Amino acid sequence: MATMNAEPRILRTQAEDTLALEFAAARTDLPGSPAVAAAREAAFANFQKLGLPHRRTEPWRYTDLRALLRTIPPLAQGRAADAVSFEDPLPGLDRARLVVLDGIFRPELSDLSGIDGVTVRPLVDLLRAGDASVGREIATLNDAVVSLNTALMTGGVAIDVPAGVRIERAIEIAHLTSSTVASHVRNIVTIGADASVRILETHLGPADSAYQANIVTEASVGDRAKVVWAKLQTEGEAAVHLGTMAVSIGTETQFDHLTLMTGAAISRSQSFVTYTGENARAGLFGATMVRGKQHADIALGVDHAVPNGSSRELFKAVMDDRAEGVFQGRIVVRPDAQKTDGRMMTQGLLLSEDASFFVKPELEIFADDVQCAHGATSGEIDEDILFYLLSRGIPRPEAETLLVTAFLAEAIEGLGDEAIGYAFEVVSRNWLAARGQEAA
Amino acid sequence: MVAVQETVDQVRQIDVDQYKYGFVTDIESDRAPKGLSEDIVRFISAKKNEPEWMLEWRLDAYRRWLTMTEPTWSRVQYPKIDFDELYYYSAPKSTPGPKSLDEVDPELLAMYEKLGIPLREREILAGVEGASDRRVAVDAVFDSVSVVTTFKEELKKAGVIFCAISEAIREHPEIVKKYLGSVVPVTDNYYATLNSAVFSDGSFVYIPEGVRCPMELSTYFRINERNTGQFERTLIIAEKGAHVSYLEGCTAPMRDENQLHAAVVELVALEDAEIKYSTVQNWYPGDKDGKGGIYNFVTKRGDCRGDRSKISWTQVETGSAITWKYPSCILRGDDSQGEFYSIAVSNGYQQVDSGTKMIHLGKNTKSRIISKGIAAGRSDNTYRGLVSAHRKASGARNFTNCDSLLIGDKCGAHTVPYIESKNASAVFEHEATTSKIADDQLFYCLQRGLSSEEAVALIVNGFVKDVIQQLPMEFAVEAQKLISISLEGSVG
Repeated sequence: MATMNAEPRILRTQAEDTLALEFAAARTDLPGSPAVAAAREAAFANFQKLGLPHRRTEPWRYTDLRALLRTIPPLAQGRAADAVSFEDPLPGLDRARLVVLDGIFRPELSDLSGIDGVTVRPLVDLLRAGDASVGREIATLNDAVVSLNTALMTGGVAIDVPAGVRIERAIEIAHLTSSTVASHVRNIVTIGADASVRILETHLGPADSAYQANIVTEASVGDRAKVVWAKLQTEGEAAVHLGTMAVSIGTETQFDHLTLMTGAAISRSQSFVTYTGENARAGLFGATMVRGKQHADIALGVDHAVPNGSSRELFKAVMDDRAEGVFQGRIVVRPDAQKTDGRMMTQGLLLSEDASFFVKPELEIFADDVQCAHGATSGEIDEDILFYLLSRGIPRPEAETLLVTAFLAEAIEGLGDEAIGYAFEVVSRNWLAARGQEAA
Repeated sequence: MVAVQETVDQVRQIDVDQYKYGFVTDIESDRAPKGLSEDIVRFISAKKNEPEWMLEWRLDAYRRWLTMTEPTWSRVQYPKIDFDELYYYSAPKSTPGPKSLDEVDPELLAMYEKLGIPLREREILAGVEGASDRRVAVDAVFDSVSVVTTFKEELKKAGVIFCAISEAIREHPEIVKKYLGSVVPVTDNYYATLNSAVFSDGSFVYIPEGVRCPMELSTYFRINERNTGQFERTLIIAEKGAHVSYLEGCTAPMRDENQLHAAVVELVALEDAEIKYSTVQNWYPGDKDGKGGIYNFVTKRGDCRGDRSKISWTQVETGSAITWKYPSCILRGDDSQGEFYSIAVSNGYQQVDSGTKMIHLGKNTKSRIISKGIAAGRSDNTYRGLVSAHRKASGARNFTNCDSLLIGDKCGAHTVPYIESKNASAVFEHEATTSKIADDQLFYCLQRGLSSEEAVALIVNGFVKDVIQQLPMEFAVEAQKLISISLEGSVG
């Protein structure tokens, strides 16, 4: 690529200044070995060089954090609450639960039963030991938000699923926030060869608090492993959610990932999937439901670095009121990645005149014997279909709910996990029910 | 899928080392001093006998250009251009506005003959083209000046003004003043601003209310001189209910150094007007090692200003070392329509970053984008397009289909579509999966025994052919070859 963004950075925003001050004050107290401390310094220098992503930062084009982040709450470090309780967003779904509260893993609040064979450690252990797995998956990302996380990360969990271990019970990483703080969480998930695991990632916080959560999860999936990974973002409605997932998948792996976004005032969920072994299959799905003035951005980077990989992407977004939905997807097929099969579909449904949908499904292909396709649509509920339901005596709100549920279900069901799929569909139905009540 | 042999062969036939138009015409020329300064801008303006307001317009653009930086966002790579090493004006010495073809330098006429461009009306009528309804009026632009414009008299009878833009600035200042820079503002982008300052010639077309232009209009651009930049400016205005089809062709000699071509094209369609703009771009692409070739950095934009107006862009891109252009439509009028059909073939070390923008502002506006990119050799071929619907664009509709094909494993194909919808009733479809063009059409073909691949090729090519077949033969040689390139092995 040509010299990117050659323009010099001029003024720092107030938020960037605050972050610089916070980092300067906190740097000596942040956990980790000297190597980790050095990595923090380098990452913060990179953050300062890049600045908060803005309109001309191409991968962040539609989520201008420079304009959106006016203030930065104090760092969560040292301010963690003792406990906090939220209504379970996934009632009835059986799972083990690892609680990360205000950026710190809390074993005493967690439930580790039914996952024998899996090792769970607090991230700080890895930081103190200078463990090489921290930062490995994000090494090639040049993203300001990830760099900020590296500079300020305080905790999170490290989950190790050894080779051959198959766990039926889902493992939830519950990210909770208790008050108006900025937390920087790093999770490291290592899944061995031939292992099988179901992971849930949830995000919750108080409704009236403008807290900020920056979560980076690094995962590696060993050969022939099977992974189901579902993320539920139901942050408090004034929150800022910045989630990053970087995963590498090995030979003959099956990796299915679903992101459901419905919380937070401003949210961005970015996933980067790199194929390191041949014949791996990834299914990447997303469902966004936003209303009011919410802004939700899902970004995806799929890197077919080796031959014979296949990927399926299906992203659905429903925007009501004045909400904005964003999807940016990028499939890269490297020169040697022959026989790659990549398919990406994005669909937006606008429920109100003032809602917006921005899509950028990108393909970058350097191999000639591949099949890659992408599609994108944007529109409103089809009047003809609606009329059909109305003519059968179904009231308008119910008919709309029915159609929107079906629209989203396609993406949710793509995950291929019945129990998690059902629980997530309940979330989508509740969201629509709330919409119906407003209308009534 | 891998590209079929037939396609490989056809692309090979237009590979960079097969370039047929690379000869140099030995002609004495009158050049401006090398480099760019206010004096050069004044020099060009004086050469053109321009009125004071035009000079001011240019100088204003030049001053603004000095404050701008070169854009770097496109997916192309090239060494930094030294704008002071270029000549901004070059004209054949012997032709200070010839009255008739007889006064044109015979060397020039021989060159156009060699290129197959008909400049002698008599000859065209005598049957080069055959049927008289295939007549084409040509404006021939050589380096920085318009050499000759044919069929002027006949067009005049219909009320159509077709002349060099420098002539229009002198003869029709009121129209030029009103529209120049109204679609592509002076400061639109780095190269458009540079063009505004130093543009030397180009074509001007004005179709009065209710007139259907009696023949095809075309401009043939030729860069001949060494180290010159060509900066042409085209302005086409179709008044209410007017209709015009315009085509441009371009070639350049083979030279080892890169040459810059930074044009601006502005189209204005008022109520019920229709403009069809076709391009066969065949600038010198550089040799097989990537040496030389034209940098084609062009800003083309059409404004569907009136209700029910229509602008259609067709481009066949085979030349240039680097192509960087996005012919766009601003769909301002209610029920207006924009179309973009493109075939871009890159070979050797060529780099193409092209596409379109469809900006839906008015109600019930429609746009269609069909783009086919074929990359071979060590080339890179990028489609970059924007479709947007603004708050008031109720009922906007877009269909986009972009396919790319790679031949060999040293090239790259990239698709970068941007879709921005701020209106719920705007329906946008972006499709790169070959099975989903229009299900009913596809079904019809399949039902008649065509394979899905054949059916898709038939439908997509049908769209393209529609426009390309209307190009006169001289321009359509490459185009015809390309149409037959199969879609097999498309990668979306």
